[in-house]
Amino acid sequence: MADTGLLEALLRLLEKVDGGIDSQDVAADLGVDHQLIVGAVKSLQALGEVISAEQKSSKRWELTGEGCEIAEQGSHEARVFNAIPDEGLPQNQLMKMPSGKVGFSKAMSNKWIRLDKAHEGGPRVFKTVETIEDTVRNKLQLVQKGLSAKLEDKERNELKKRKLLSEVTVKSYWITKGSSFSTTITKQETELTPEMIASGSWKEKKFKPYNFEAMGVAPDCGHLHPLMKVRTQFRQIFLEMGFTEMPTNNFIESSFWNFDSLFQPQQHPARDQHDTFFISDPALAHKFPQDYLERVKQVHSEGGYGSQGYKYDWKIEEAQKNLLRTHTTAVSARMLYKLAQQEKFTPVKYFSIDRVFRNETLDATHLAEFHQIEGVVADYGLTLGNLMGILHQFFTKLGITKLRFKPAYNPYTEPSMEVFSYHEGLKKWVEVGNSGVFRPEMLLPMGLPEGVSVIAWGLSLERPTMIKYGINNIRELVGHKVNLQMVYDSPICRLDS
Amino acid sequence: MPTVSVKRDLLFEALGQKYTDEEFDELCFEFGLELDEITSEKEILSREQGDEKAEGASDVVLYKIDVPANRYDLLCLEGLVRGLQVFKEKLEAPRYKRVSPADGGEPQRLVITEETASVRPHAVAAVLRNITFTQERYESFIELQEKLHQNVCRKRTLVAIGTHDLDTISGPFTYTAKAPGDIRFKPLNQSKEYTATELMSLYKTDSHLRHYLHIIENEPLYPIIYDSNGIVLSMPPIINGDHSKISLNTKNVFIECTATDLTKAKVTLDMVVTMFSEYCDEPFTVEEAEVVYPDGRLCVYPELAYRTETLSGDFINKRVGINESVESIAQLLTRMYLRSEVSGEGDLIQVEIPPTRSDVIHACDIMEDAAIAYGFNNIVRSTPRTYTVANQLPLNKLTELLRQDLAAAGFTEALTFALCSQEDIADKLRKNITETRAVHISNPKTAEFQVARTSLLPGLLKTLAANRKMPLPLKLFEISDVVLKDETKDVGARNNRRLCAVYYNKSPGFEVIHGLLDRVMQLLDVKPGRNQGYNIQAAEDSTFFPGRCAEIFSCGKSIGHLGVLHPDVISRFELTMPCSAIDIDIEPFL
Repeated sequence: MADTGLLEALLRLLEKVDGGIDSQDVAADLGVDHQLIVGAVKSLQALGEVISAEQKSSKRWELTGEGCEIAEQGSHEARVFNAIPDEGLPQNQLMKMPSGKVGFSKAMSNKWIRLDKAHEGGPRVFKTVETIEDTVRNKLQLVQKGLSAKLEDKERNELKKRKLLSEVTVKSYWITKGSSFSTTITKQETELTPEMIASGSWKEKKFKPYNFEAMGVAPDCGHLHPLMKVRTQFRQIFLEMGFTEMPTNNFIESSFWNFDSLFQPQQHPARDQHDTFFISDPALAHKFPQDYLERVKQVHSEGGYGSQGYKYDWKIEEAQKNLLRTHTTAVSARMLYKLAQQEKFTPVKYFSIDRVFRNETLDATHLAEFHQIEGVVADYGLTLGNLMGILHQFFTKLGITKLRFKPAYNPYTEPSMEVFSYHEGLKKWVEVGNSGVFRPEMLLPMGLPEGVSVIAWGLSLERPTMIKYGINNIRELVGHKVNLQMVYDSPICRLDS
Repeated sequence: MPTVSVKRDLLFEALGQKYTDEEFDELCFEFGLELDEITSEKEILSREQGDEKAEGASDVVLYKIDVPANRYDLLCLEGLVRGLQVFKEKLEAPRYKRVSPADGGEPQRLVITEETASVRPHAVAAVLRNITFTQERYESFIELQEKLHQNVCRKRTLVAIGTHDLDTISGPFTYTAKAPGDIRFKPLNQSKEYTATELMSLYKTDSHLRHYLHIIENEPLYPIIYDSNGIVLSMPPIINGDHSKISLNTKNVFIECTATDLTKAKVTLDMVVTMFSEYCDEPFTVEEAEVVYPDGRLCVYPELAYRTETLSGDFINKRVGINESVESIAQLLTRMYLRSEVSGEGDLIQVEIPPTRSDVIHACDIMEDAAIAYGFNNIVRSTPRTYTVANQLPLNKLTELLRQDLAAAGFTEALTFALCSQEDIADKLRKNITETRAVHISNPKTAEFQVARTSLLPGLLKTLAANRKMPLPLKLFEISDVVLKDETKDVGARNNRRLCAVYYNKSPGFEVIHGLLDRVMQLLDVKPGRNQGYNIQAAEDSTFFPGRCAEIFSCGKSIGHLGVLHPDVISRFELTMPCSAIDIDIEPFL
């Protein structure tokens, strides 16, 4: 807050005028620096409607540093003239004066002085007139007094050319009275205090207005990771649909549960070193349900359960190989096998969302590990129409209502369907998941009853999250290279909006 | 998923109809194919090698079509067209026939010797008589073999195909195996003879063939096929001989497939002959060939086996969720290349599976084809009546609840990789790899995937390092699984759910991390105390700064550590400030 005395002085000046007043004139009137008046205007503006002020800019002539010196001490030529005694001065001595060079040539062209080159003892300078009038100094002094208007354009420009004058732009305020104009200042309070509440003094006080344009102070808090926020939502959706969570906390799996139990043949390319991470320690799994293993071996190598089988030499050594699971379907297989061991079959709906691993080439959208979302329903008499119906319900909860299905191939589901949704932004159908009915060659060896169908679908957690949060490079989302600012700033996740 | 590249105009000519790109895409979608890309040789070249190289290349429009991995019958233009024409009911599926040589001649014979047993014991063969090649047919024939090699043949490990101009060779043929030094012939497209040993080193630098060398490289004997005059037909699975190579003028083709998997060899041979017998004088007939095994057994190929399955209309209707008459179902299946007839007995349908549909191995495959022909998107979507009550996995429920409260306590959640380098979990934490109980990966492509993590701490420290520009203090946590070897499990390893948090600032902030422990215990309803509660005791752990580490006990059981990290750990993770951390097992609180 500027000095109250200055504020009141400004207000008294303003009171006297009819329209408004320029802040520069106020500065001149009160004999203070213009910047102080600018400060006062701002302080008064903060008090509410006491004054109103409009910024304007005007041009003004000002003396340069050299100009000031001349206004004070006289022009160079005058100084040269005054330095010359009646008997003259050697030129070289004159040139040693600070104003010597410029002053000499100007005084010469004004014909105030003459040079006698032939003088004995070297060239010597003599006055040619008795008195002079220092017009340059006079003009500059006029400008200094704020009377530059008295000079003609030509004169000002000449002084400007000599770098004695310069034209500057001045920002000033045009000040007028405000709706609650008064010449006395009431100090404004910044904040309400407990004392004011207790004494009731708040009623008489004026409060400084808040700047609602500014941002607030960020709360001191932690943040959940966006991918995990999306995971929570998917979990919620499955729970709303009555699905029970599967125990997927086993990243290491045997080839048996990951592939063989799913009727995926041992020469299948997915079982290649290029696609799957195999484990060197502990390299092999040792315990299997033995009779089930025999049935799996049989259905692969000879067929059975209405199947031709793959007719190849099935090897336990391949099935024993440990790996990092390539899909959570390995867990679904374990759960369905467990279900088949129940005395009496009961319908189930299972889900899981957890990490899976692929030894693939990495790029902006693929990592060696990602989260798979999986849903499984087992019951008597489930149809392909049921699978589509449940997918429709599931995707509706994600805000996706336009679905269509494309026939696809998957070794352990038949029929297999790729799920496409219409993307309004891209104006085309995009793949959003995979689905199918588990093959009898997978289910029957487990011991599930003949009439039981198991429908299932899966999708990745990362892809919908990247779309949701507008992330193009998966490394900015998953892993240690995450941008924490992105984590701090990410909004809550509502998948259906 | 294999991608087949076909010339658009040739395709439309064969289909007898022109489509717009959108119409054809729609047809593919319905049939279970995917029109992946519309391009041209010129476009591909200019994308891969620059505009200069593409100068003058063909700009004939190519369709790249993704084909399901089990549909070997759709891997060439001929098969695709036949499949789509039958689907559109413009063509009746042809019947493939094996025939004896004309005029009562002897069939071609391939004799397998016992030396092949150790390297590649199986072989099958057939003859395409009086075939007419054109440039396009010839290219498609070569391309189909390549596609089969990549797919059903599993990059020639299971099966390798050799095709020969029969008029340049004379049977009977001998399939044997010999030491590489004893094999000598002029291989395809070479100008001189090489021994097999020389060939293996010649092809080391061949961008295409070098991928197959490993299949026999370390075998003492290499597979080799000779004709009756000692001319080399091929050295499977690497290369054919130059002598018998086929050309546009070839009229009679001898096809041999050698294999380690006989079933796949039969399928491969069936595919080649069914696809290209179309161009024989008598279309869709294939001349038989005999294969004699070392034990004297004689087999006649190609099998071209047709199989009949009988299933009920009710089965199809119930599994798909439709209500069609048996006649209509039979018609749907016939459109899928599965010639079907109503048997007249109840609602039974007799379905004939042709040799081209080796993917049909169960009634469920037939059911799927009925659903595809009906149109997946014409099936009424209905909600299953399955009534179940949802349950959360207790471990995940606890994790979800704790995550919320850790964030509320001012810590930000990180999400780090489950795989990392040995260095991350050992050297950088000042531990010995042998004491980590880590699970090791045998085939990592880079050091980032050497082991499954045994601690969440390295991931959090790497997250700090990647975010050093962020204002201090940095407070991070993660609740997730680590993996430890455990002999009591069937696979010898188990996951362990852990909670880890770090505080990174100009001062170590042990009290902050200690306070977080107190808060977590409060949330878990465990009171401070020695026996029934939790307490911490000074401990030595090489990851932590000496004298600044404590072990955490809950109900007398050790659950983890907290403390100020060792300065070496901090600098090994490229950090510069003091850091305190807590790492506990949350499974005891279930």
